[in-house]
Amino acid sequence: MNLHDLSVECIRRAGANVFSTMLGVEIRQGEVSVENGSPDANDGVMSLIGLAGTWNGAGSITCTPSLACRICAHMLMTESTAVNEEVLDAVAELTNMIIGSVKTDLEEHLGPLGLSIPTVVFGRNFKTRTSGNSEWIVVRLHWDDECLVVKLCLARRERLPHAAIHTAPHTCTLDV
Amino acid sequence: MEPDVLVVDDSAAIRKILQRVLRQTGMAIRTIHEAGDGQEALEILRVHQPALVLTDINMPKMDGLQFLAAVKGSEKWRDIPVVMITTEGGEAKVGEAVKLGAAGYVRKPFTADQIKEKLAGILEPALPL
Repeated sequence: MNLHDLSVECIRRAGANVFSTMLGVEIRQGEVSVENGSPDANDGVMSLIGLAGTWNGAGSITCTPSLACRICAHMLMTESTAVNEEVLDAVAELTNMIIGSVKTDLEEHLGPLGLSIPTVVFGRNFKTRTSGNSEWIVVRLHWDDECLVVKLCLARRERLPHAAIHTAPHTCTLDV
Repeated sequence: MEPDVLVVDDSAAIRKILQRVLRQTGMAIRTIHEAGDGQEALEILRVHQPALVLTDINMPKMDGLQFLAAVKGSEKWRDIPVVMITTEGGEAKVGEAVKLGAAGYVRKPFTADQIKEKLAGILEPALPL
């Protein structure tokens, strides 16, 4: 199995397991695509987490504000009608668990990987970019009629003597 | 007197979930203290003596393994069972935690039953379920 197919399988398995275990919800697997170059502008909630090791990259989760509130309500058993700190924290933890599970599964094939602490962005019309023209694997997970987009980008780190391991730089521009 | 429990995680969401799960287990707990990182947890340990600590690994300031090493390196705290609850499911991290003296390990995502089962094996009879 190549890295693309392996990553898709890991993301799908992790997504289904996290939603089922932590939210008590069965999700439907959606379409898979690959994103190159400059991605479209985002609206809503995006949570990013860095990966570093012999492979570097990042994982992200994007959803609408209403889905973020719904995730929070199921996870914490509290009602939120608007995106607040509790909602952002729930989405960050969901990202940590999904991308963390993917990381653990991929480590069997790629060697040890480090996981950063998640960063959450909430806004409208913002773009993100990972340095180095990386290719993103995009997997959609459906909860009823709402869609959670999970993205993963990994690139083999060039072997540089005495080089420190850094997570791929990630930039975000916000245009409100 | 009913014992205290300390929950250490940088995610307020996970601390809230663990509060609920611990209460659901039926354990006789007086207070569940919360800390957002290892440093904050050590401050709480200086004031309180919990019967159990549940801690994440991947945290800012002081991570769960550094915190575990500090607890197990202290004469006053070394007998407190520390259970790691984390997404860091790789063998290296698990091995390091066990070597440092972790009493157990639960991988996120977790169910209430998994937490209860893990704690039952560690705490009887200190915290009867």
